[in-house]
Amino acid sequence: MEFGVIVFPGTWSDADCYTAVTDNLGQQARYVWHKDTDLSGLDCLIAPGGFSYGDYLRPGAIARFSPVMQAVRRFSEDGGLVIGICNGFQILCEAGLLPGVLTRNAHLQFRCQWVNLRVESADSPFANRCDAGDVLAVPISHGEGNYYADDSTLDSMEENGQIIFRYSDSDGSVTERSNPNGSRRNIAGICNRERNVLGMMPHPERCCDPLVGGEDGLAIFRSILDFTERVSPTAIG
Amino acid sequence: MPVSQDSLDELALSQAEYEAIVERLGREPNSLELGLFGSLWSEHCGYKHSKPLLGMFDARSDRLLVATGSENAGVVDIGDGWAVVMKVESHNHPSAIEPYEGAATGVGGIVRDIFAMGARPVALLNSLRFGPLSESRSKYLFEGVVSGISGYGNCIGVPDVGGEVYFSPSYSGNPLVNAMCVGLLRIGDLRRATAGEPGNLLMLVGADTGRDGIHGASGLASRTFEDERELRPTVQVGNPFLEKVLIEACLEVAQSDAVVGIQDLGAAGLASASVECAGNANAGFRIDVSNAPRRESGMEPYEVMLSESQERMLIVVKPGREAEVKQIFDKWDLRSDVIGEVTADGLATILDDGQARGSVPVRLLTDPPLYRGDSSVKPLTGPELDVSSVPLPDYSPLECLLKLLGSQNIASRNWIYRQYDHQVQTNTVIVPGGDAALLRVKGTNKGLAVSTDGNGRYCYLDPFVGGMIAVAEACRNVSCAGALPIALTDCLNFGNPERPEIYAQLEKAIEGMAEASRRFDAPVISGNVSLYNESRGAAIYPTPVVGALGITEDVSAHATVGFKNEGDLIALIGRDSLESDGSDLGGSECLELIHGRVAGRPSIDLDLEVAVQRACRELISSGVANSAHDCSDGGLAVALAESAVAGGLGAEVSAPVSGRWDAALFGEGQSRIVVSLSPDRLAELHDICADEQVPYLVLGRVSGADLIFGDILSVPVSQLAAAHADGLADALRAW
Repeated sequence: MEFGVIVFPGTWSDADCYTAVTDNLGQQARYVWHKDTDLSGLDCLIAPGGFSYGDYLRPGAIARFSPVMQAVRRFSEDGGLVIGICNGFQILCEAGLLPGVLTRNAHLQFRCQWVNLRVESADSPFANRCDAGDVLAVPISHGEGNYYADDSTLDSMEENGQIIFRYSDSDGSVTERSNPNGSRRNIAGICNRERNVLGMMPHPERCCDPLVGGEDGLAIFRSILDFTERVSPTAIG
Repeated sequence: MPVSQDSLDELALSQAEYEAIVERLGREPNSLELGLFGSLWSEHCGYKHSKPLLGMFDARSDRLLVATGSENAGVVDIGDGWAVVMKVESHNHPSAIEPYEGAATGVGGIVRDIFAMGARPVALLNSLRFGPLSESRSKYLFEGVVSGISGYGNCIGVPDVGGEVYFSPSYSGNPLVNAMCVGLLRIGDLRRATAGEPGNLLMLVGADTGRDGIHGASGLASRTFEDERELRPTVQVGNPFLEKVLIEACLEVAQSDAVVGIQDLGAAGLASASVECAGNANAGFRIDVSNAPRRESGMEPYEVMLSESQERMLIVVKPGREAEVKQIFDKWDLRSDVIGEVTADGLATILDDGQARGSVPVRLLTDPPLYRGDSSVKPLTGPELDVSSVPLPDYSPLECLLKLLGSQNIASRNWIYRQYDHQVQTNTVIVPGGDAALLRVKGTNKGLAVSTDGNGRYCYLDPFVGGMIAVAEACRNVSCAGALPIALTDCLNFGNPERPEIYAQLEKAIEGMAEASRRFDAPVISGNVSLYNESRGAAIYPTPVVGALGITEDVSAHATVGFKNEGDLIALIGRDSLESDGSDLGGSECLELIHGRVAGRPSIDLDLEVAVQRACRELISSGVANSAHDCSDGGLAVALAESAVAGGLGAEVSAPVSGRWDAALFGEGQSRIVVSLSPDRLAELHDICADEQVPYLVLGRVSGADLIFGDILSVPVSQLAAAHADGLADALRAW
């Protein structure tokens, strides 16, 4: 299959995502420049981490207006898979492709550290290789990852199984202590109602190789590959 | 017309220097020309007090790809077509005035030095010094600096993988903020800061030019300062997003053969950048400042040339090829304008809208007067120590250990580095918190280990030995990761060199560093000098900060600090007993923290040091050592505690202690490394140490959940971990 890795001028996880899906997952990938709109032939889009256009106003506030995001919207409406990681998650929320918003970390500091993610729902293209309750060790690196949505939105997301990952302890218990940024209900990753758009603050592309800290992130990319293989076997390169 | 003393003071030029300018020029300079001299002849750009001493660094190595000091940063060949560029630079004075922007722009500046050479920046490190956190000003500066490094570094996608921070009253009025950057490139992609042939075009790219930072080089970095408020406008404001875009655009442009040279605009802005490029090519240049995009109207040529607005680069382009280069910058939505051209006349000529406003020979600007101090003067040093005058601590050994582990100088730095993205680029094999950081080089099996070190207290007590130890310890850190030290970069932070006893500190420290550098066969390939670090008439501790680069051909064969397996033996490499005459308490953290004294003379045997490091690397590459950690601040007991905490395992030390327990536990004798190994590999350890003629001592074994040191102390590792983890946050919260 072929991944598209979106590049805004201030994106810095583009090469990391590219390496993860090519070297570590063994699939094809190409970069998609923020001024481009041609997404033909792509099976899954990755909006990587970084600071899109500087994000001085609010993360993703400008990126949502970029040419590529108009194409991403159409791509997702046609059922294409989209995964937003860190800044990508922030942009997808700003663009309205995912509910809620990412605000400043409750302690007001940037955090780069390992966290544990409890898989809340395996029923999506993004975590089907996992079982609900599995715990993945994945790093975070953000200053604005504090997920917020109002209670009724959160309740309906819970009902629809849209919460994919929560911050937890290593044994899977969801505690205040395990929440690195103050996110409501310890939310680390969510999907849309149609389940083809995922946003997550942690960086799975940073843990696809044991030499640099583990392979738990590969579970997510392998899930995407499995899903794509099932729905469209010819897409597999 | 004679110039006023006030104008000279503003430029930090002396009357004698002014007279030299008039004599060499054959006339009085106008104010623009005088501004150029003031900047280029500043200590920061011209190294007028340090250049004669820097010649002591014997920068010979087969790996060196450019002559030290000739380019933006030093370059070493690491084999298989790859090269590493690195440099450390100070931003002390700006950070003392405005800590967030001072530190942020310090990061921005050093990163530009690296990608100006065509290298992708792959690692940042920071060496910081502040007054104690019990002082409100020091706490403010510390938090602001960490926040500035975090804010800038995280935005540009370069991992911040290491460094050190120390707190001492010596730095209360004058903090140190040294930023280091490491870049990686294919050797064929190396770019130079050269103007090339006459006719080449000078393009200014990136940010618009404003009135910020004028006189940063001469005023801020080249003299002592007492009234900081008046200097606030000389601190620049950074735009890390623009820097990130500049990195990508310049690396793309560097691939084009339309580009002749690349130079960043740092201290003294366009003046320094254009003069250095022209100087490197024995050429001249003409710049029309009206072609430089400006942030505000009414700027004088003087202001345009000396502005230190951030995130700007000078690109030298072959004539007729400017459109190709401009197209690349356009793609990145960056402004790029041709502002002048290279000439054959050897003159730096500045025009404003076609009108000549000043013209002086480039060679005069690049040839400042050099000053050599009086070598017969003794350096300022701290008192010696009669150990018999030091009573045993009033505290128990356990209390001492907990105090040291939780002290500002030894406690975990997690509070700092968790605010820095240290994993982006997915190369970080050993993350911050150990002796050195280790990065993989994708597409190869190679690893790069990087570390900074520099103990100001040691250098204050003995600048020569302190200089040697700074190099030895930076190298020891990379050896503990399993890498061979191959190159050094340094930032020399000292007081006012016009005071003979301070100049002597500088001279002795450089002598010591140069000596150690030769013994390690690790040349100093780049560096920076920051003098005039004084406040209220008192100089900081002489603080040379050394950045070491190590390479390993097999990145998977590395070691980390933490103990790995229950039952492993623990051995001390470099000593065969725990006997001490107490002299290694001199200059130690223990002596200052427990007894409130800074005294004594550090010592080091470089033969032993080199052999110990070689043995350590051999133990790691052969797979004998399961962990390695050097004994530094806080001595053996702190090293053991850190290995226990990092591994989550206890240790039982049974080797006998003779003499003073405080010296055995907390003395800071050099050339000591704690390793752990499987018991069935003890014979190999013995052979390796015998081959290298290095003494060793089996201390005990990894065992249980407590750290037990004979009958001297016994403590749960969890209690050590808590003291170590919370020390810094507690100090920040204390009031």
